[in-house]
Amino acid sequence: MSVNGNLTAAPAANAPAAEWKPRIVAFCCNWCSYAGADLAGSSRLAYPADVKIIRVPCSCRVNPMFILKAFERGADGVILCGCHPGDCHYSTGNYYTRRRMALLFSMLDYIGVERGRTRVEWVSAAEGARFSKVMNDFVAKIRELGENVKVGDLRCKE
Amino acid sequence: MQRVSEKVIARARELMREGTVNKVAGWKAGEFFYDCAPYVFESEEALKDLVYDRFCAANLSKYMIKNSVAAGAEGGKVLVLLKPCDTYSFNQLLTEHRIARENVYVLGVGCEGMCDIDRIREKGFKGITGVDENADGKTLTVHTLYGDGEVAIDDVLVNKCEFCKGKAHMIFDELISDNEDEGPRGDRFAGVRELEAMSPADRFAFWQSELSKCIRCNACRNACPACSCRKCVFDNDASGIASKANTDSFEEKMFHIIRAFHVAGRCTDCGECTRVCPQGIPLHLFNRKYIKDINEFYGEYAAGAEAGQRGPLINYTLEDIDPAAVSDKGGN
Ligand code: SF4
Ligand code: SF4
Ligand code: SF4
Ligand code: FES
Repeated sequence: MSVNGNLTAAPAANAPAAEWKPRIVAFCCNWCSYAGADLAGSSRLAYPADVKIIRVPCSCRVNPMFILKAFERGADGVILCGCHPGDCHYSTGNYYTRRRMALLFSMLDYIGVERGRTRVEWVSAAEGARFSKVMNDFVAKIRELGENVKVGDLRCKE
Repeated sequence: MQRVSEKVIARARELMREGTVNKVAGWKAGEFFYDCAPYVFESEEALKDLVYDRFCAANLSKYMIKNSVAAGAEGGKVLVLLKPCDTYSFNQLLTEHRIARENVYVLGVGCEGMCDIDRIREKGFKGITGVDENADGKTLTVHTLYGDGEVAIDDVLVNKCEFCKGKAHMIFDELISDNEDEGPRGDRFAGVRELEAMSPADRFAFWQSELSKCIRCNACRNACPACSCRKCVFDNDASGIASKANTDSFEEKMFHIIRAFHVAGRCTDCGECTRVCPQGIPLHLFNRKYIKDINEFYGEYAAGAEAGQRGPLINYTLEDIDPAAVSDKGGN
C-alpha cells in the first residue's frame, strides 16, 4: 500500500518490463466517424483498445485547446475524424477545422510533438472498414514513434 | 530622428491648443532616460513631458480601446502617435471593432528604429547616464559614469526594429515622417527556419529551457494589442488577485501555446510581447511561426495591413490544404 492509498505491486526483479501502451485520443464527429466506429464494431472489424474515443457534434467543435490538453495529460497521439469536406452536417464546420488543425499540428511539431502524432481523417458513417483501418494505421504509427515528450512539463526544465 | 521628434512634439501641442484634440496619447519621460512609458496627456501644460526618441518603442494602439470610447463620452478627441508598425495593430483593432475611430486623431510619426537598453549594456557599457544620437544618424554616443563611448544603432535595435516590416504607415490622419520606405529589414523568419531545421527532441528542449524561465508576470499579454479580450482565459476572478493567479494547471502549463494560438491570424508581429518580457523569452518565434505557416498555406496575409480584412482563421476556401500536409502519415 503506498502513502496515497493506491495498491502498488513492486515489480519482480526479473519480470519483463511492463509493455508500453500508447495513449491515443480520437475525437470523432457524431454524424460520420462516430457512426463509422459503430459500424466497424457491429461488423466485427477490430481497432485497438488503446484508442479512447470522444464524441463531438462536429469536427469543428474541437477547440484546439482540447488537443493541447490531451497532450498535456500525456497522450501519445491525437486523431480527429470528421465528415469528408463538403459533407459536414453543418455545411462548413470541417473547412474551419481544416485550417485550425493544419496550423495547430504545425505548431505542435514546432514545440517537439512530431508530425506523426497528430492526424485528421475524413471518415463517413458508411466507412466502417475505413474507420478500422485508419485507427489501426494511426496506432501503428504511434507505436513506431514510441513515447511522446512530456508536454505537461514544457515549462519545467529538468 | 531629432528633427522628426521636434516636429511631432510641436504639432501635438498645436493640435491640443487649437482644440482639434483634447488629449494626447504619447510617451512620457520616466525616471531613467530609457524608460519612456505610454501616457495620456490631458493639457497643453502637461505636454512638456512628451518625448519622442529612440526609446519610444511602446505601441500605443491598445490604449485607444478605452481612450477612444472615453473621448467620445467627453465629446472630445484623442490624438495618438503611431509609428509605422503600430498602425498595423490599430487597424487590426478597428477590424475587431474595438476602437471608436471617429474619436481618434492618428498622427503617424516617422521612425528610424528603437534602441534596446539591454543590448547597449551587453556592449559592455556600465553606469550609463544617457545617450545622444550623433549627427550621422547611425551611431549613439553613450555617456557613462566612466566616460563616453560609441555604439552603432544597428547593433542595439530592439528585435522588432531589427526586423522592421517597413516604414509605411497603414493608417493616419496626418503624417510627420522623413522616412523613405525601404521595405522590410532583414529576414524575420530566419529564426523560425532555424528551429524548424532542428529535431523534434531538440525543439522540445529549446522551448523547455526558454519557457521554464517564465515567471507568469503576464506582461506579454498585457502589452499585446491582440490580447485585449474583455475576459481573458488567464484571469481568475475568484482569486482576488486578478491577472496573477492561474485559472487551472492546464492554462498555467500551456500559457504560451494557448496565447499564441489565440492571437494567430490577428497578431501583427508588432513585437511588443518579446520586447516587454522581463525574462528575454523569444516569444516572436511563436508568432512568426504562425505568420509563416499562414503565408505558406493560405497565401500572404498581413494582419492589420487594412482595416476590415477577414482573418485566415475565420475564413476558408474549398481548395485549402489538408492537415495531412503537416502531419506525416507515414506513407499512407
Ligand atoms: S502577440 Fe506579440 S507581436 Fe503579436 S500582436 Fe501581440 S504583442 Fe504584438
Ligand atoms: S490570452 Fe487569449 S483570452 Fe487572454 S487576452 Fe489574449 S487572446 Fe484574449
Ligand atoms: S512576459 Fe515573459 S515572463 Fe512574463 S508572462 Fe510573458 S513570457 Fe512569461
Ligand atoms: S458534422 Fe461531421 S465534421 Fe461537421
